[in-house]
Amino acid sequence: MNKEAELTLHYDVEKFRSQFPVLSRVVNGKQLVYFDNGATTQKPSLVIDSIVNYYSSYNANIHRGVHTLSQEASAAYENARKKVQNHLGATSDQEVIFTRGTTESVNLVAHSWLRDRLNAGDEVLITGMEHHSNILPWQVLCEEKGAVLRVVPVTDSGEIEFSSLSEYFTPKTKLFAFTHVSNTLGTINPAKEMISLAHAHNIPVFVDGAQAVPHMWVDVQDLDCDFYAFSGHKVYAPTGIGILYAKSARINEMIPYQSGGGIIKTVKFEKTEYIDGALKFEAGTPNIEGAIALGVALDYVSAIGMKSIAAHEHELLIYATEQLKKINDIRFIGTSPHKAGVISFIVGNIHPFDLGTILDQQAIAVRTGHHCTQPLMQRFGIPGTVRVSFGLYNTKLEIDLFMRALEKALKMLS
Amino acid sequence: MDIAAIENEIIEEFDMFEQWDDKYQYIIDLGKSLAPMNEGWKSDERLIKGCQSRVWLFSELQEGNVIFHADSDAIITKGVVALLVRVLSGHTAKEIVDAPLTFIDKIGLKQHLSPTRANGLVSMVKQMKLDALALSAKN
Repeated sequence: MNKEAELTLHYDVEKFRSQFPVLSRVVNGKQLVYFDNGATTQKPSLVIDSIVNYYSSYNANIHRGVHTLSQEASAAYENARKKVQNHLGATSDQEVIFTRGTTESVNLVAHSWLRDRLNAGDEVLITGMEHHSNILPWQVLCEEKGAVLRVVPVTDSGEIEFSSLSEYFTPKTKLFAFTHVSNTLGTINPAKEMISLAHAHNIPVFVDGAQAVPHMWVDVQDLDCDFYAFSGHKVYAPTGIGILYAKSARINEMIPYQSGGGIIKTVKFEKTEYIDGALKFEAGTPNIEGAIALGVALDYVSAIGMKSIAAHEHELLIYATEQLKKINDIRFIGTSPHKAGVISFIVGNIHPFDLGTILDQQAIAVRTGHHCTQPLMQRFGIPGTVRVSFGLYNTKLEIDLFMRALEKALKMLS
Repeated sequence: MDIAAIENEIIEEFDMFEQWDDKYQYIIDLGKSLAPMNEGWKSDERLIKGCQSRVWLFSELQEGNVIFHADSDAIITKGVVALLVRVLSGHTAKEIVDAPLTFIDKIGLKQHLSPTRANGLVSMVKQMKLDALALSAKN
């Protein structure tokens, strides 16, 4: 499939909305406006039904049984892995590991791959816009090993200064880990260029794709990253399922992080032989229905077209930004020209918590706070922001409702 | 007036509000009118950490009764804090520790006291009771 060529002719947002049962919810007596997609997305009926169908029709443990149900469940689970492979453009389904989410994927790389390669005095490089999940696992490992966590600073517009990036690469840098799209700022980092620059210095790269996969086509071969992670629940799939993509060369270097059933060839008390490939990292009975539902969710967004979704969300971003600019004393945090559908802002000295509370009373769901990026908040000298983040089902009408609710909140609070 | 009577007084006040915005406007105004806390008292050891809004609490003993002073950086939190101070301040430690504080639920502000990480109010109530105990033990 030529991913770039795909563009839905007519983006029927009302049809898509009708496929998400929760969007018809009434909150505090008013129609829900859900603008917290950066935290988690709602689920279409197709995804919900796939979970019900799994438990109603072919629930069984996988990779063990010879009976029909077990074979059906195993086939569906492995088929989901292939769907993820195709969606990310990985060369093999054995490069796709099912995890609980992005956070577990980061921890998996830290423990299964980096741990054996990191020595005292070595460096792990991250950026100043990382989510805590892409800071803490590296920080903990650095502390343990006596290594140094170095940080590429963020500019006033909320970007990485690409021209000075190579200054941060040293012969001691063992990994460069950065986010593809910032959850707080919305900035889309030039991932391909950043990876290529790191590789020119022989530095492997981990990309946190939690905020990218829901909003754009991601092609791991084109990016040429060593590792790429995302969470199912941010891309219209259930919670508790996520992905770590690891290039074949890297996956062969990784050692199992958790031991247990399902990942062995032979077990003797003296020595255990592990199986090869992705399953080696999926000890115990996995989240079978989650994996299957993730496959369904990826089919769903692919059918709409990631390019169409990106175009729709970009239109919402532009419209909402224009509307918000009319608010007195508004300050946008993250003003890169390359942004996904995320807007973070504060108004005057009004606390984001107060705005979020009054918006919620009017059935507008936004995120307030530090968005698990406290170092980034310190960088901008603020306690937090109000964050609006769009999904494929949001509309300009909802932005109008949001604006009206925001104006009311500002009137009450000032 | 004892704690239960003050709680009832607040419940009656809130009964007058039919619309959510009147209720919240009242809380916002309470927050705005709460006497600002002495900046010197806003030290880290008096800070009750919530995930989003911060609350400072200073407690002292006056003639056998516990007096609370509190502040928050978020105005709605500060309004709820003002209500808690109004209910609990000026009573004996035993009365404070034993108070079930049912008014929060009755005036429809339970969400602000749910043990989520959104604000420091749950910890605030706990801290008020702990301070009261500590002050009475010291006495």
